[in-house]
Amino acid sequence: MTTTTTGRTTPTTGRVEVRASGAWTRVCGLADLVPGRGVAVLLPDGRQAALFLDRHGAVHAIGNRDPFSGAYVLSRGLLGSRDGRPFVASPVLKQRFDLVTGVCLDDGSVTVPVHPARVV
Amino acid sequence: MTTTIPTIVLVGHGMVGQRFLESLADRGVTGRARVVVLCEEPRPAYDRVRLSSYFSGTTPEQLSVVEPGFMERHGVELRLGDPAVRIDRGGRTVTARSGAVVPYDTLVLATGSYPFVPPVPGKDTTGCFVYRTVEDLLAIEEYAAGATCGAVVGGGLLGLEAAGALKGLGLTTHVVEFAPRLMPVQVDEGGGAALRRTVEDMGVVVHTGVGTREITAGPDGSVAAMRLSDGSSLDTDLVVFSAGVRPRDELARDCGLPVGERGGVVVDERCRTADPHVYAIGECAQAADGRVYGLVAPGYGMALAAAGAIAAATDAERARGPVFTGADTSTRLKLLGVDVASFGDAHGAAPGSLDVLYSDSRAGVYKKLVVGADGTLLGGVLVGDADAYGTLRPLTGTVPAVPPEQLLLPAGADAPAAAGPSALPDGAVVCSCHNVTKGAVRAAVAEHACTDVPSVKKCTRAGTGCGSCVRTLTALVDDELAAGGTVVDKGLCGCFAHTRAELHEIVRVGRITSFTRLLDEHGRQEARGGEGCEVCRPTVASLLASLAPAVGASGYVLDGEQAALQDTNDHFLANLQRNGSYSVVPRVPGGEITPEKLIVIGEVARDFGLYTKITGGQRIDLFGARVEQLPKIWARLVDAGFESGHAYGKSLRTVKSCVGSTWCRYGVQDSVRMAIDLELRYRGLRSPHKLKSAVSGCARECAEARGKDFGVIATSNGWNLYVGGNGGADPRHADLLAQDLDDTELVRLIDRFLMFYIRTADRLERTSAWLERIPGGLEHVRDVVVEDSLGLCAELEGLMEQHVAGYRDEWAATLDDPERLSRFVSFVNAPGTPDPTVRFVPERDQVKPDLEILAGPALPVRTLQEASA
Ligand code: SRM
Ligand SMILES: Cc1cc2nc3c(=O)[nH]c(=O)nc-3n(C[C@H](O)[C@H](O)[C@H](O)COP(=O)(O)OP(=O)(O)OC[C@H]3O[C@@H](n4cnc5c(N)ncnc54)[C@H](O)[C@@H]3O)c2cc1C
Ligand code: SF4
Ligand code: FES
Repeated sequence: MTTTTTGRTTPTTGRVEVRASGAWTRVCGLADLVPGRGVAVLLPDGRQAALFLDRHGAVHAIGNRDPFSGAYVLSRGLLGSRDGRPFVASPVLKQRFDLVTGVCLDDGSVTVPVHPARVV
Repeated sequence: MTTTIPTIVLVGHGMVGQRFLESLADRGVTGRARVVVLCEEPRPAYDRVRLSSYFSGTTPEQLSVVEPGFMERHGVELRLGDPAVRIDRGGRTVTARSGAVVPYDTLVLATGSYPFVPPVPGKDTTGCFVYRTVEDLLAIEEYAAGATCGAVVGGGLLGLEAAGALKGLGLTTHVVEFAPRLMPVQVDEGGGAALRRTVEDMGVVVHTGVGTREITAGPDGSVAAMRLSDGSSLDTDLVVFSAGVRPRDELARDCGLPVGERGGVVVDERCRTADPHVYAIGECAQAADGRVYGLVAPGYGMALAAAGAIAAATDAERARGPVFTGADTSTRLKLLGVDVASFGDAHGAAPGSLDVLYSDSRAGVYKKLVVGADGTLLGGVLVGDADAYGTLRPLTGTVPAVPPEQLLLPAGADAPAAAGPSALPDGAVVCSCHNVTKGAVRAAVAEHACTDVPSVKKCTRAGTGCGSCVRTLTALVDDELAAGGTVVDKGLCGCFAHTRAELHEIVRVGRITSFTRLLDEHGRQEARGGEGCEVCRPTVASLLASLAPAVGASGYVLDGEQAALQDTNDHFLANLQRNGSYSVVPRVPGGEITPEKLIVIGEVARDFGLYTKITGGQRIDLFGARVEQLPKIWARLVDAGFESGHAYGKSLRTVKSCVGSTWCRYGVQDSVRMAIDLELRYRGLRSPHKLKSAVSGCARECAEARGKDFGVIATSNGWNLYVGGNGGADPRHADLLAQDLDDTELVRLIDRFLMFYIRTADRLERTSAWLERIPGGLEHVRDVVVEDSLGLCAELEGLMEQHVAGYRDEWAATLDDPERLSRFVSFVNAPGTPDPTVRFVPERDQVKPDLEILAGPALPVRTLQEASA
């Protein structure tokens, strides 16, 4: 029984990069992402980001820590959109975070960090 | 003022007696008085109105109208099987059959009626019955087992009900009515004719205009035939007398209290008899208007009046209290499946009144309205189609906005909808069982913030009696919510204006296999082209998964676009825990497990450092796995023969079992085998909410089957199937759907039930809430899944067959596919690195999450309800 868990290196149509600590970091190939589903990224400074691909091909990255539970799990939340703006709902207690601003849609006083992301 | 607390004695614990006790409790009287109830029957008050439903599977316990714990909570002393035999008004005591002498300060008679048996020769022959109590029905049922033919004396309301029961027991059934038509009191000649046709179509032989002369016995001394007044004779094995009722006023007569000419203890508007210490309520009383009522609603009115008077501390308070001055005798019934209703002046007795008629003899429909010269609606009779009853009855006494003939047309035939509940005045009584007006219903919505029918029922009691008003009530509540600005948007979420049930149909009929197509073609305008949201994505995922075989989609929940719709639990086929780790629950069908498998679970838990716990669902949960460990753990479990337990899915969880007849000295069936069979059949079935089940080997119910969505309890003849049970936050006991089923019948009914639920329930609506919500409730579900009234059953069974045939273990399938496995990493850019924030500390020889490492700014946590909504 195989239990390989290595990332795939199938040909990509692009590379995905996330900006942290002033530099762009290549994190995966576009083909590693499934539209609507997030992945967690380990940044060079040890922080974690949650990276999403929306159905129109745009990528978004925010901090992976869910400020309500403390768990590093926002990458496992469900992607959605409201008025055309993408958000992720935490898998723990369902609070939603705007992927563009990092603001919590259910409690405006809470924000998570936003990391610029791009496909090159 | 006396220093001892006063004693209130109630004689008779029927429907009205119980309502009286409730009213006493509501008014706080039970807290300051001793209340003693002498009850002749061996069981506490039950719903006599629905007595006949015993023959369609309702148990006597389910007929109870006493909330569990009521007597204990209010300190009421209930003496079952101990009737009052004598009243001493001078000494103010009541003597019971047991010999007990109970002193009273206030005595309330609620002794009901007894069935009148005409004095025909042979009326006491073995095989003659009456139809009034649970014990009567049990006796009829037992006797009918050895009979082939039965006759009912009396073609009134109760006679037809009894005939329905005999028919249901498989007897050739006759009804003998002295009057020239059936139900002579309620319906007119035309209505009687329509009723007769329909009743005859059902195979009941109707004899009208003839009386019973004699009951003759056969050589064994039991009933053999009936001689009729026209000289003819009718062979029959069993006779049920249903020739009307008479008030049980003998106790009152014997102690010298005045009774009416035709019986009934004479009372005033507050239901007090000539003796200020004695009251009489319900069918045993002759009300202030000189009438004796044989219906439950007027009895409730009397119960409230008497309780009000007894609770009053002063005469002035008493004078302001409720009174009972009379009631209307409108009725709606479903007799042998025929809808019959009559209300107001049904016979057009008022001078100058006119009849408006609609009749369709082919369809067995007859409707008549009685209208006054000025257009006032005075009353009417509806046979075969009584849907309009809910609006017509409250309109009685008013001049309807629509011409009467239009009120009678069947729906769809040009009938204007104008006679809906919005046409009713506020004072109109919507629920006659509990005398609830339209105004009170509106107030419940507007002032008491009730937002749905169940809460309005709770708040006003409307709809909790005979149930005939529920349709009108529902329409009224919806109207009122809409009027109050609550946009009753039944849409699933901001993305779809459809309900889950509607989306189910759209997906099925349109053979839609992708979320984006569904959203772009059927979503709200503003949501098309978007991503959907956290509500509709998993809902649609579940629909696509349960319909996958039928619409030609992949049933594997990790495939393609489906993968992005699932909650993290479904995505990783495990349950997320508070620190970002996951739990693993292998399926243990029926809770039966071999020592070898137990050892494997123990070894896996030990090797991966997992916390282990026996769950409430008869299996074992392993907590604290990181995502990248999940495939390794499952590789070991699958090798040992385990499969996914779907603890993460809105799908079948467990079918719990008791040890059953194999080991248990009480067991009557092999409950473990049945539980395993059911669990294997329905495993993996995606549904609106999780599904739980249990199978008990006998009525002791050790598996707690009645707390489950579908529960099975063994009987000596097979299995009883219960549905709609729930534990959790709002527990509900499951209702009996069908009795004494063999294995095949049981499975067939569960197939249909589950598929019908999956098709029609809302998102996150357990079967219990669904059953409470859907119009018609349990009866409707029984019609659909047992009687196949919608002709759906073949299709529902087909869908389940496809599910069973298409089932594959999700974990085995995942392990077989390297591409799927590649998702199980903590970091996309560092697949070999475990998440450093998932850490554990020791606790009671095992581990628990290290929460310190996650600590950050404290934030308010939303409640469970908000979170799972
Ligand atoms: C593990 C277990 C508790 C235990 O240690 O015994 C458990 C654990 C959870 N239950 Fe439960 N329930 C467990 C038996 C029950 C039972 C008892 C039973 O099934 O006999 C009930 C009451 C019966 C019922 O459901 O009617 C129960 C009623 C609930 C409810 C309330 C449901 C309701 O209709 O009110 C929730 C919340 C929900 O589903 O929305 C819930 C939700 C949960 C969740 C899924 C909460 C969550 O989202 O994290 C828990 C996660 C389990 C995990 O991570 O593995 N759990 N839960 C039990 C697992 C049984 C199993 O083997 O699958
Ligand atoms: C089959 C059937 C169908 C019906 N359908 C309808 C319907 O659709 N709509 C409707 O409105 N009504 C209907 N009714 C009538 C309705 O059931 C009665 O109006 C209602 O039960 C009256 O309540 P009650 O408490 O006055 O009398 P009951 O319910 O008869 O209760 C009286 C109780 O007092 C007990 N008792 C009598 N004497 C003594 C004593 N000396 N000591 C102690 N206890 C005593 C009796 O055993 C009985 O339990 C139906 C009745 C039957 C039988
Ligand atoms: S429910 Fe009956 S058969 Fe099952 S264990 Fe309990 S007593 Fe035994
Ligand atoms: S009219 Fe009987 S419950 Fe409302």
